[in-house]
Amino acid sequence: MKKLALAVAAVALFAGACSSSDEPSTQTGGSSASAPAPKGSGNAGGGTLTVFAAASLTESFTALGKQFEAQHAGTTVKFSFAGSSTLVQQLTNGAKADVFASADQANMDKAVQGGVIDGQPTVFATNKLAIAVAPGNPKGIKSFADLNKAGLTVITCAPQVPCGSATKKVETATGVTLKPKSEESDVKQVLNKVASGDADAGLVYVTDATSAAGKVDKVDFPEAAQAINSYPIAVVKGGQGDLAKQFDEFVLGTEGKNELTKVGFGPAQ
Amino acid sequence: MLAVPATLALALVVLPVVGLLVRSDLTRLPSLVATPSSWHALRLSLLTAALSTVTCVLLGVPLAVVLARARFRGVRLLRSIVLLPLVLPPVVGGLALLYLLGRKGFLGMLITTLTGESVPFTTTAVVIAQTFVAMPFLVVSLEGALRGSGDRYEQVAATLGARPWTVFRRVTLPLLLPALGSGVVLSFARALGEFGATITFAGSLEDVTRTLPLEVYTQAEVDIDSAVALSLLLIVVAVVVIAVARPRSWEGGLR
Repeated sequence: MKKLALAVAAVALFAGACSSSDEPSTQTGGSSASAPAPKGSGNAGGGTLTVFAAASLTESFTALGKQFEAQHAGTTVKFSFAGSSTLVQQLTNGAKADVFASADQANMDKAVQGGVIDGQPTVFATNKLAIAVAPGNPKGIKSFADLNKAGLTVITCAPQVPCGSATKKVETATGVTLKPKSEESDVKQVLNKVASGDADAGLVYVTDATSAAGKVDKVDFPEAAQAINSYPIAVVKGGQGDLAKQFDEFVLGTEGKNELTKVGFGPAQ
Repeated sequence: MLAVPATLALALVVLPVVGLLVRSDLTRLPSLVATPSSWHALRLSLLTAALSTVTCVLLGVPLAVVLARARFRGVRLLRSIVLLPLVLPPVVGGLALLYLLGRKGFLGMLITTLTGESVPFTTTAVVIAQTFVAMPFLVVSLEGALRGSGDRYEQVAATLGARPWTVFRRVTLPLLLPALGSGVVLSFARALGEFGATITFAGSLEDVTRTLPLEVYTQAEVDIDSAVALSLLLIVVAVVVIAVARPRSWEGGLR
């Protein structure tokens, strides 16, 4: 009996360790039900709008949320920022949200197939890769091919995550095959290891390198155009459709474009 | 009386695992698990968890004895410091290791100057991260047992003429075996499931640093079914290793 108990305790121990690993990326209790709002409230707004958005949208969407609240008196915008695949997972498992903004088409497709999206998703921004290097670029990295110079510690995202599949596309397009020291499972890990000085260069999104200015320098390279990443936004089924639609239009409008351009996003193509 | 909360406790632990089983497609399980990358991850996980458990024992047993027996001032503070890795979120633990042993860390710079090598992104880094998070489990279970048993037996052995090393080998160690057994199991399990500190400090590269939990996380990005299958593999491995590798003698007088 004691043996069983110990084995069970041990299983619990690492199961807990495993699941807690997901926590750093998810913020706020996004799954909490949004407050009931009057139907067809129109421009008057009111209630709480819950937005599930990709982690890379944290800075721009937080700013947009404030502006949206200012224009719609009585409305509160709540965000849950996490990896797009985590958000889709939560949505298809019944998390309550009104808007979903994904960092790639693949995850939006999954949400559509999962039957949680109302209407058609619209692409509102694009992103592309850049090389993040230490401030001042001490290793003199100027091009994608430079990443294969001897003695450089280069890290990338794993091919399973969007930034990694974009990296693979660029490799195919350029014929340059990288030998990364690590294939990280999210782009912020790549950025942090360049910022800490443990990697000489990392492939990240332009927007990540822009928002980490000061900690890393950004090196753009023309081949990044081979792997343009689209960000679609959509209204989630069962939420507050009208208010959600207004938020989507807001993101697609002038205010949205301004905020998104500020952190380095490109226009929808 | 105890049956109700005990059942609840067991349910809290077991039911989520049942949830995993229910969600997984058992017929697809073999094909999902039998990929080169999951075997690499499994092999690396077993190797690193074994190495870090050995390191935990080699370093943790002496530490537990010192903490339990020492009388100097500040030993209480030391006891709580040893628990730090339990409190720190693993990702923070990984960052701490990176800032110490990374290329810009003060110990890391010394190592790079002396050997020309750097620690992050190596299998060694995985073992260090696992040892860091797992060691408190061993130290705490040993220290509790040591303090519970007191040092009368040791004193008697010493008055009978046994030298300190003989006392440690013939008296202290046998007394400790049951606690050592559970300490080893706990630290092995913690090392096997380690995720946050590893991915932050060691990175994630197949066959070098991508252990099974990291493989699960990477797979979960594309294919949740295969991530679930790999999690089940991790659970089976843990239960089998713990059941097989634990000598009965470690359970000592508790029957």
